[in-house]
Amino acid sequence: MKKQNVWLVVFSALAALALLLSACSPAAAPQAESKTVRVAVIMPSSTTDMAFSQSMYSALIAVQKEMGGEAAMEIKYSENMFKVPDAAAAIRDYASQGFDIVIAHGSQYGASVEEVAKDFPETTFAWGTDVNTFGLPNVYAYTAAAQEGGYVNGVIAAQLTQSKQIGVTGPVEVGDAKTYIDGFVQGVASVDPAIQVNKTWTGSFSDVALMTEAAKTHIAAGADVLTGSSQSVVGSIGAAKENGAVLWFGTQADQASLAPDLVVASQVYDWTAMVKEIIASRAAGTLGGKTYILQLSNGGLKIAFNGSYNLPAEVKAAAEAAIDGIKGGAIVVEP
Amino acid sequence: MNEDILTLAVVTGILTSAIRLATPYLFAAVGEAFAQTSGVVNLGVDGIMLVGAFAAFYVTLQTGNVWLGALVAILVGLLMGLLMSFISVTLKAEQGISGIGLYMFGLGLSSLLFKLLVGTVQTVEGFRAVKIPLLGDIPVIGAIFFQHSIPVYAAFLLVPLAWWFLEKTTWGLKIKAVGQNPAAADSLGVSVDKVRYFSVCLGSALAGLAGASLSTALVNLFQENLTAGLGFIAVALVYFGGWKPVGILAGALLFSAVNAFQLWMQVLGANISSDVAVMLPYLLTIAALVFATNRVRQPAALNKPFERGEN
Repeated sequence: MKKQNVWLVVFSALAALALLLSACSPAAAPQAESKTVRVAVIMPSSTTDMAFSQSMYSALIAVQKEMGGEAAMEIKYSENMFKVPDAAAAIRDYASQGFDIVIAHGSQYGASVEEVAKDFPETTFAWGTDVNTFGLPNVYAYTAAAQEGGYVNGVIAAQLTQSKQIGVTGPVEVGDAKTYIDGFVQGVASVDPAIQVNKTWTGSFSDVALMTEAAKTHIAAGADVLTGSSQSVVGSIGAAKENGAVLWFGTQADQASLAPDLVVASQVYDWTAMVKEIIASRAAGTLGGKTYILQLSNGGLKIAFNGSYNLPAEVKAAAEAAIDGIKGGAIVVEP
Repeated sequence: MNEDILTLAVVTGILTSAIRLATPYLFAAVGEAFAQTSGVVNLGVDGIMLVGAFAAFYVTLQTGNVWLGALVAILVGLLMGLLMSFISVTLKAEQGISGIGLYMFGLGLSSLLFKLLVGTVQTVEGFRAVKIPLLGDIPVIGAIFFQHSIPVYAAFLLVPLAWWFLEKTTWGLKIKAVGQNPAAADSLGVSVDKVRYFSVCLGSALAGLAGASLSTALVNLFQENLTAGLGFIAVALVYFGGWKPVGILAGALLFSAVNAFQLWMQVLGANISSDVAVMLPYLLTIAALVFATNRVRQPAALNKPFERGEN
């Protein structure tokens, strides 16, 4: 009996180690000097998700590079924190470890941020996507006006579809996934109200097989253009790889590299300016209390056209006109 | 759009999707049935699938050879099976716990390797759809059954093959004997441990292949936790199917068909909320399980390590 218990322990330890290694491969060595800004970020998916989490992670890395590397800015991250209790523990851990800025990158983390922020008044917290700072002076909230890029993508999509049928796929109909689609539908309708936009929600953020099947279903039903919240891109690309001849519009991150011959344009979330402002404000003594909204007009949202897709000039011109219209306020997109 | 719901094209679409979606469930659940028939519950299926899916994906990405990828996935599954057998048969550890451990090991290992070796989501050229001559040209039937990729055909061929193996061969009888009454089998000179090692390893190799069918035939890419718990549903399907390949086939098809149905209903704009739609397959599975439990007799020695002279 003794011997087998030892083996069980060894095996469990191995399993735990493998999990641990994959869950928290650290980005930077903790070289805490007095001048180093220490930033921690908690993300619901992985830094390689080509979407929501990666958009924040890339922004942090960009800011770090600009500020002069790890000596100027330390970044620690916890990814795949889909379970809120785990995330709440991580938020508290980072705060008690003395991190200057703790970013809780998920709308599900709000209650945890509110609770921990009260206990650590010297720490700056930022969370999103939401607009609520809970009236706390050390909390920033941030969100993205995803409907704006959705509208632009819709304008382009409506001019490229031959079958007059567009498919939307995604995990669940909430948050910026919903506002993106709402904007997209308005954009399509502004070009041709007769175009049909069909939506499918799979109910799972991680079930790629089902998302792929959802995309195949749209294609079989006659759609030749697909879009959807960013997690579903992998499924659609998997489907298009087999069926070919469909187009994809991305959101949150530039997804062109995933499928250069498939992606027409992506709405890109650029958190860089916001992160820089939060760091600067903190240095100047303001710990929080503000809401940031990424928009086309403030450069937080960008439309990334895929260079390897041959977009007709007049379609691109219409897209640029829509971007200018939204920036200037001539076009109002309802969220 | 509501008036032409359930046209011939839609029904064809639903059934084609259902056949395709059932593939990884079939490999994994038939494999698990081998292990359980011999008396070992292997809850690590999902972990083995993940490692198999990554192995197949990575080998295909590097060499461009899907067959080599599938072969490596089988070998990797076999290794995971050896580990599971060693823990649960030789060391006689509690099967449920060691299975969960194996799952977490597979989840962690596949995520770690993906990060180290690949880093970001990439696609591969997976198995292509192969239209079977003549049969594939039959209207409707051809589109539903005979225009799939090789792993899909293989998964369905596995069902009669598994039935034949379990019911008609000496090895199959030994597996069943060891799962029903290991002491009696032992007294007749059947090596209980050897048979269980064989069954668990065979099942794990199939789980590896299930992973390969997912990453190189169905979705043609890999990402962390690609299976999303698919392996656990496969374990449930074994109970659902009453440890019989045909029952598993029915369960896998039912689950996949309802899933395909709800996807199509959403696309066609049927008047049901997406939340209800995505619940359908699971609700139906639970309902079917409730009705199925009465007629099911599980292998008598399931989940019991065999110690000579103990019983």
